[in-house]
Amino acid sequence: MYAQMIKSEATQEDTEKLAAFQARIDAGQKIEPKDWMPEGYRKTLIRQIGQHAHSEIVGQLPEGNWITRAPSLERKANLLAKVQDEAGHGLYLYCAAETLGVSRDELTEMLLDGRMKYSSIFNYPTLTWADMGAVGWLVDGAAIMNQVPLQRTSYGPYARAMVRICKEESFHQRQGYHLLMHMMKGTKEQRRMCQDAMNRMWYPALMMFGPSDKDSVHSEQSMRWKIKMNTNDELRQKFVDETVPQAKYLGLEIPDENLRWNDERGHYDFSEPDWSEFFDVIKGNGPCNVDRIAARQKAWDDGAWVREAMLAHADKKAARRAAGELKNVA
Amino acid sequence: MSREWPLWEVFIRGQHGMSHRHVGSLHAPDSERAIKNARDVYTRRNEGVSIWVVEAKHIAASSPSEKGPMFEPSRDKVYRHPTFYDIPDEVGKM
Repeated sequence: MYAQMIKSEATQEDTEKLAAFQARIDAGQKIEPKDWMPEGYRKTLIRQIGQHAHSEIVGQLPEGNWITRAPSLERKANLLAKVQDEAGHGLYLYCAAETLGVSRDELTEMLLDGRMKYSSIFNYPTLTWADMGAVGWLVDGAAIMNQVPLQRTSYGPYARAMVRICKEESFHQRQGYHLLMHMMKGTKEQRRMCQDAMNRMWYPALMMFGPSDKDSVHSEQSMRWKIKMNTNDELRQKFVDETVPQAKYLGLEIPDENLRWNDERGHYDFSEPDWSEFFDVIKGNGPCNVDRIAARQKAWDDGAWVREAMLAHADKKAARRAAGELKNVA
Repeated sequence: MSREWPLWEVFIRGQHGMSHRHVGSLHAPDSERAIKNARDVYTRRNEGVSIWVVEAKHIAASSPSEKGPMFEPSRDKVYRHPTFYDIPDEVGKM
C-alpha cells in the first residue's frame, strides 16, 4: 500500500449538496473531474493520489540500484521492465491527481520540500541481489493487496489508473518470487541471502498498510467516500494469510515467533510491526530518507535545462510553422 | 522559469479495425514528443497499432450540469430501437 496515513479533510459545505454527493457514491456512481465535489474529498484525493504517485517514482530508486549489477541478462531485462513500469505508474497517477486542479510541478515541489510523503517502505536500503526478489514478492505483493480494491474507488480517473496499474503489476510480484525460487535452489550462501532479505523486509512490508485501525483516525470519512475500500488491518491480515504459504514453499522462515494459524479466527495470528519505527521513518529518520529525496532533487535540478530546452525548441518550431517555413505536422 | 510542458490527451487504436480510444494523458513539449512519450507510457505491452495525441486545451466537453437537457430527450424515444416493433413470428427472421 503506497498511501499511508492519509488525512481526511473535514468538509463544510451545503448539506443538501453533500447528501446528494454521498448518495451518488453510495449508488456506485463514479465522480468525474468536472462534477461537483466537496472540497475535503478533492483535497484528500490529491494527497492520496499524490502520495501514491510519489511512491511509484521514489520506488524506482531501491531497485534501480541493482540494474547494472543484475546477475544475468534475463534478470536485468526483467528488472529494467519492472522499474520502467513504476515510472509509467507514477505518470498515470500524477495525471489522475492533476484532474483535481493541482499541477505536476506543484506535486513535485511538494514531494521535494517534504509537504507530501511517499510510502515508508522505500526508505529502507536494498543491500543484496536477494532484496530484488523480496521487494517484488513482498512490497509489490502488499501494494497489489491495496490496489486491487482501489479499482472500484469512487473517483473515475483514479479508478481507471488503478485498473491499468493492476493489470501490469502482477508481473512485478511474480518476477520477484521467481527470482527467490531460483536463488533458493542455489548455494547455502544464496539461501542465507534470501532469508536475510526476508528478515529485513517483513516488518517494513507489514507497515505499508499503515497503522492499526484503532489508531487510524482518518479512515472513516475516506471509507464513506470510497477512496479507501478496506481497513488497514483487514488488508494486512489478508497479506499475511496469503504470504505464509508462499514463504513455506520457498523454504523461508517468517521472522515472527508468534506467527501461527488460528483455527477459531480462520486467519494467521502475527506480531505487529514496531510502530515507533514506522512513525520515525515517516518523520524522515529512516535509513534512506535523505538519500531518496536527494536523488529526486538531483534529477529535478539536472533535468531543468532539458525541460527548458525542449520547450524552447517547441516554441521555435511553432513560430517557424506559423511563418510558413515548416509544414504542419501530420 | 517554471512553464510546464502542456498536457496532451492520448488515444490509442488497440487493433486494426477498431476505433481510437482515450487511454490517458501526459505532458510533452510538442506533438512529436507527445507521441513518443505515449508510446513509452501507454503501449509498453503491445497495446496499440496507432496513436493520436491532442493537446488537452483543444478538447471541448459537455458540462455535467447540463446532463439532463443534453441526454434526456433521447430517453423516451423507445421507437428508435428495433425491439419497439412487434413482428409476428411467422414472418421469420427480421
